[in-house]
Formats: sequence, structure tokens, C-alpha cells
Amino acid sequence: MTTSRSIAAWFLAACIVLPAAGQADDLNSLKSELNSLKSDYEARIAKLEARISQLENQVASTGAPAGAAGSTDAAAAAVPADVLAAAAADTASAGAASPEQEMPAPAAGRNAAAAFNPAMSVILGGNYASTSQDPDTWRVAGFIPSGGDVGPGDRNFNLGESELTLSANIDPYFFGNLTASINGDNEIEVEEAYFKTIAVPDGFVIKGGRFFSGFGYLNEQHAHAWDFVDQPLVYQAFFGGQLSQNGVQVKWVAPTVLFIELGAETGNGEEFPGTHRDRNALNGATLFGHLGGDIGDSTSWRAGVSWVDLHAEDRTYDDVDEFGLPVVNAFTGRSRTWVGDVTFKWSPHGNPIQHNLKFQAEYMRRSEDGDLAFDVNNLALSDDYDTTQTGWYVQSVYQFSPRWRFGARYDALDSGTTHIGLVDDGLLPPGAFPLLESANPTRVTVMLDFSPSEFSRLRAQYAWDDARDTDTDRQFQLQYIYSIGAHGAHKF
Amino acid sequence: MMRLFHGVALLVLLMSAMPAHAALKVLATTADWAALTQELGGDKVDVYGATTAFQDVHRVDAKPSLVARARSADLVVLSGADLEIGWLPVLLQESGNPRIQVGQPGYFESTAFVRLLEVPSTVDRSMGDVHPQGNPHIQLDPRNIAAVAKALTTRLVQLDGKDAQYFESRGADFQARWQQAMTRWESQAAPLKGTSVVVIHKDQSYLCNWLGLKAVASIEPKPGLPPSAAYLAQLVSQLTAAPPKMILRNAYNDPKAAEWLSERVHAPVILLPYSVGGTPEAKDLFGLYDDSINRLLKAVQ
Repeated sequence: MTTSRSIAAWFLAACIVLPAAGQADDLNSLKSELNSLKSDYEARIAKLEARISQLENQVASTGAPAGAAGSTDAAAAAVPADVLAAAAADTASAGAASPEQEMPAPAAGRNAAAAFNPAMSVILGGNYASTSQDPDTWRVAGFIPSGGDVGPGDRNFNLGESELTLSANIDPYFFGNLTASINGDNEIEVEEAYFKTIAVPDGFVIKGGRFFSGFGYLNEQHAHAWDFVDQPLVYQAFFGGQLSQNGVQVKWVAPTVLFIELGAETGNGEEFPGTHRDRNALNGATLFGHLGGDIGDSTSWRAGVSWVDLHAEDRTYDDVDEFGLPVVNAFTGRSRTWVGDVTFKWSPHGNPIQHNLKFQAEYMRRSEDGDLAFDVNNLALSDDYDTTQTGWYVQSVYQFSPRWRFGARYDALDSGTTHIGLVDDGLLPPGAFPLLESANPTRVTVMLDFSPSEFSRLRAQYAWDDARDTDTDRQFQLQYIYSIGAHGAHKF
Repeated sequence: MMRLFHGVALLVLLMSAMPAHAALKVLATTADWAALTQELGGDKVDVYGATTAFQDVHRVDAKPSLVARARSADLVVLSGADLEIGWLPVLLQESGNPRIQVGQPGYFESTAFVRLLEVPSTVDRSMGDVHPQGNPHIQLDPRNIAAVAKALTTRLVQLDGKDAQYFESRGADFQARWQQAMTRWESQAAPLKGTSVVVIHKDQSYLCNWLGLKAVASIEPKPGLPPSAAYLAQLVSQLTAAPPKMILRNAYNDPKAAEWLSERVHAPVILLPYSVGGTPEAKDLFGLYDDSINRLLKAVQ
């Protein structure tokens, strides 16, 4: 360093004096001038260098906050060597730290373009399943098949959903989120792709795009956040697992200490129990309200009531007729579902690390009325149809030791009494709609999971599944859920 | 239905009838920031602490009650540096409150005003739940409190200009008392310099740094991960060879691991409040430091 600086000084000096260099008699005086210049520069440089090293020492010994100028000496003596090293390596930001100024969060190792990359996270999931009954025969007795991703899935090892989420604030007004899932059959599905307002005041949040409907408790949660491998039977039978909307949602939170949330949604309503309709008019509406709060410092709760109203047009499903021959039937009409949900979470003083308990229950009551068509491809007979069906589940998960949780769930459905015009009028025999014969499917599930860290979970689950209402299916599943990338934030 | 409508209408009426000069509503993520905001804001602020000293701020639910608080807050005071990443983003999004979104004056991130320790040069989850921006547990170095207090006073003035004088004089008063207390603590704590301690999580780093305590080991092998039997065995042999003076435990930590280790390496477990409210003595920020230092001094005598 010193050498290069002296050379620079020499060069500078040489440039100044070059025009005079030719005159021999001035040579000596020039030499002495140069020498004095040189020593002058070197003295200055030495001074500067001393000053720099002094400053470097000061910064290093401050160690921590820049606002603590008064206690520099005490800190210097107290700081451990590794902290000193870290501080010395990071002098640039320390120099800038004045308490009035907000320091930008260090974006170490990022370039400016990458700094705006959205938060990215990937969920890896998979399972091993063993079932005593053939999974292909699985159905929820007494209910029109929902056609969703339901049932215990295939036997043996299965690659589950790999879920990719990208999210970020779009600008000061909107937040954007994309969640795509790639299933084991190599299909990509857009689970959610929505924008959400962050600048609308007074407790309003408007969401648009495709999103999980806000009714009930479990519907908005992604599969990796479930406490069991699969959804409750009532979700599988009534909504094909989960209801998503292509549309808009408006939510309002009341300015009260008690949590009060009201929401409304509408959209194209193409998901079961609705269907796509080739019309400009919106299909149906969802309304929901939630209350929530704390009881002491250990318990928090949330409860709600929701209403889902959808229209179906030629909602087809496969069945067999009274001779066991395959037919395609179809429902056209209105489907309305009431949902009640309640959730409690308990942990000692609100600290869930050692022990915590979660309890949740949901009840649904669905009425469908319209027309039911039999064998739409051939006979195409149609007459009126109405039914009121109910279902509920209750589940609880207890963390009995850090990392370990045990859970139990009970599912029950009642297919209710169904009025099928074609049968009641005597046009078709009662056996013409075997899937709709009255039934009370139930299921008992227990699970044990182990979470080595916040980002990994291994689970074993055993279920006595009476969804068929004939033979019990004993289902055993092992599951893994891994999360990589950005740290997720979960809803209550 | 009509009755419900009337109820809602009444509610809206009540909201709009609220006094225009109400105190600033503040949602603080920890008991320490709640205490600091209270010190600085006096009766011009209405502070709600989202967590207590008995909770691990990493692991908190985005409870409905907190969404309700976020909805009406004028200011959120948080630690930042990803400490609250598991729950605060949900509160902000669900709140429908533009005042407290990231980058707004109502979003006050304390770690932005101090220099963080333990900023990792590389991050990977195999290192545990590391914080890319550095260690966020800044409240146990009083110099950090002073720096955050200064910035927070400025922020309160920015949000509520008509009470500027009130905040500034409270701020100046707090700084004076705090500087005085700091001098006292530093002289009281002089005998602690160089004391070797075992910590549970790296949330005592700032205290160790300030007081010159030497953290020789951590019961968590990696941030956020509980110790395995093999790791504990290795810890015992390491600490038997060079016994620490004490094992530090925070109010929210489970005592088991610390006590287990204590029996084997013959070092006492010292309970520290860690946050305001962690012990009966730690009633406010001054009490937090007084009590922490008292408990540490008792252990070395």
C-alpha cells in the first residue's frame, strides 16, 4: 500500500515539475524540492494510515450498538473474540448506524434483482398406505360422489402432493400468492392463485383469483397443515375434500377486542357441489362469520357459522342400475350447506413447546333440491329430487412431549331421507340408485406424529373406515411432510 | 335479521363516536417492547403486549384475539429479524389495517436500529432455525434499549405530532434515567466479567456480550432444536473437563434439561427473567436488568 502511494506521489510530483526538467542548473533545487514533497506526502499518508487503523479499532471494539457511544470502553473489554471478529468483518454497516436512521436489513450475498424475489417454499409429501379393502371400491355410502381427491388413496408407497408457494407484496396496495401442487401422477394443479389488498382501511380485506373458500375452519388450510393424513369424511363427501373459489372475497374485521370477522364470497362456483355454468351470472355465494378470543392466558378459541350456496347443472356421477350395469346420472339444482365450526387451543401460559392441546369440531347440513336424471346417455329420465344430509367430525390433538403429538378423530355422516321423484312415482325401482340408499357412514382415526424440527414431520395413522357402510376398511398410513424454503406463517 | 342489522348499525355508530384524540393504540410483540412503549408513551399510548415472558416468541399462534388487536392498532412494535415470522405476517394480512403494514410508519422493527450479533455468513436449515439477519433477541443489552428508545420516541412523534413535546420530554427523561441505571449496572456487574456460563438457546447472547459473560456451551445443539442424548453426553464430558460457573435458564424454558445438566456438571441453574414479567421482580425494564444482575451476582458470590 505504502509503495503504491509513494509511486503515485512521485508521479504526481513528476507531472508538476516535468516542464522544468530540461534546465540543468535547476536540477539540484528541483531534487531538493522533490525530496521535500516526497517526505511531505509520506508524512501525510502515514498520518492517514494511522487514523484509519485507529478508526478500525474503535469500530471493532464497539462491538454492538452504535447508539452506545458512551460505553465504548466497557464494551471493548467485554466483547468476546468471535464477536470482535464478526464486528470487524462488518464495519461498513456499523459505520452507518445512527439510531435515527433505519438500517436496511442486510441482504448478504444477494444481488439487487434477486432481493425482490418472492418468498418461496416447497412442501414435500408422501406416504405408505396399507388398506384391508380395495381402495377402488371406496365410496361414501348414501352420498352422491363428490368426484374430488377423496378416499384413502392407493396402496403401497405413494408420492403425495409437492406444493410450491410463491408469495410477496406486489406493491403498497396488494399482496400476491401462488400455490401450485404437483401430484404423484405428474399433474400440476393451481391450488390457490390470488391477490389480496393490504391498503384498504377499516378492517376490510378483498381477495380475488382462486382461493380456498373461507367457510368453516379446515377448508382454508393446506394439506400439509392438517393434523391427519386426510380430510374429515364430511369434507370429502360434501366438498370433494376442499372447496376453492374462482372469484372474489370480501372480509371485514370489527374494531373490537373480541375477534369478529364477517366474510362474503362469490365466483363461478364450478367446484363440487356446484358445476361450471356457461353464463355471465355469478354462481352462488358464501357467507361466513367468525368470533374468537382468549380465555385466560392459556386458552384461545374461535367459532363460526357459514353458509355455502351453489348451483349445479348436469353434475354427473357414475352409478350402476338395478341390474348392476354402469349408468351415468346427473343432478341439476341448488345445493345449500350450513356449516358450524369451533376450535380451542390450549397450552400452559400460551407456551406450546412442551404441551399443547387442540380441539376442533365442525358440523355441516346440506340441502340439495332440483332434478335428478337417470342414465343421461340412454334413457335420460328425469324428475325432481331433494335431500337434506348432515355430517360432523370432532378431533383432538395433544402434544404430550416436545416433538410428539397424539390425535384422535371421529367422523359421522347421515344421508338423511331422500326424495327421488323417479322412484317415488314408480317409474324406476328403489334399487335403481344404489349409491343413494340411506346410510350412516362413520370412521375412527388415531394418529401419532413426530416433528424433528419445525420443518419436518413424520406421521403414523390408523383408521377404521366405515364409509362404505358395509365392510370396515382398516387403513394404516405412514406419512412424511417436509418444508423447505421460506418460513411459513400459519393461521390459527 | 332486522335485529342483527340494527346491532351492526349501532356498532358502527359507536365506532364513529369514539373520541378523536384517543391514545395511540400499540400492539407490541413482546413484554419488553410493551414496557418500553409504555415508558415512552405514558398515558398517550394504549399498549397491548401480544406475548408474555412465559412464551417463546418464535412459537406463537396467530390467535383471533391478536388479529382483533392488530385491526385497530396504530403502531406495531416488534423485534423483527424474523423473530415473529411464524405469526406476525398473518396478523398483518388478516387485520385489514394499512397503517401497520411493512414500510408504514405504524410498523416499527426494533432490530433495524441496533447492530445485530451473530449475523451468519451463510444460512442453511441444517444449521437449525437460524436467522439470516442475525440474532433477534436484542433486549438484554441496555445499549440496544437506549437506541431503540430513541428511535421509538421519534416514531411516536411522527405518528402523533400534537403530543410531540410530551413524547420528547418523556424520551429525554427515560434516556437520562436509563444512562444512570446503565452506569450502575455496569459497575455492579463488574465481578461477572469472564464468568463461564451455559445457555439453553442463543437468546442470552446480548447479555453475555454486554456483561462479558463467556457462553461456553448451549443446551440446544442448533437453534430451535432440542438436544439429543448423544449431544448431552458430549456436553457433560466437555463441561466436566472445564466446569462452567452456572447454567442460565429463561422463565419460558422447560427446567428439565438445565437441571439434568446441572446435576452432572455441578453448576447451579440460574433462572433469569429474560423478559419483563419473567420474575416477580422484573416488573418493568429497570426491574428486568436489576433482577437479572442480582441473580447472576448471587450465583458468583
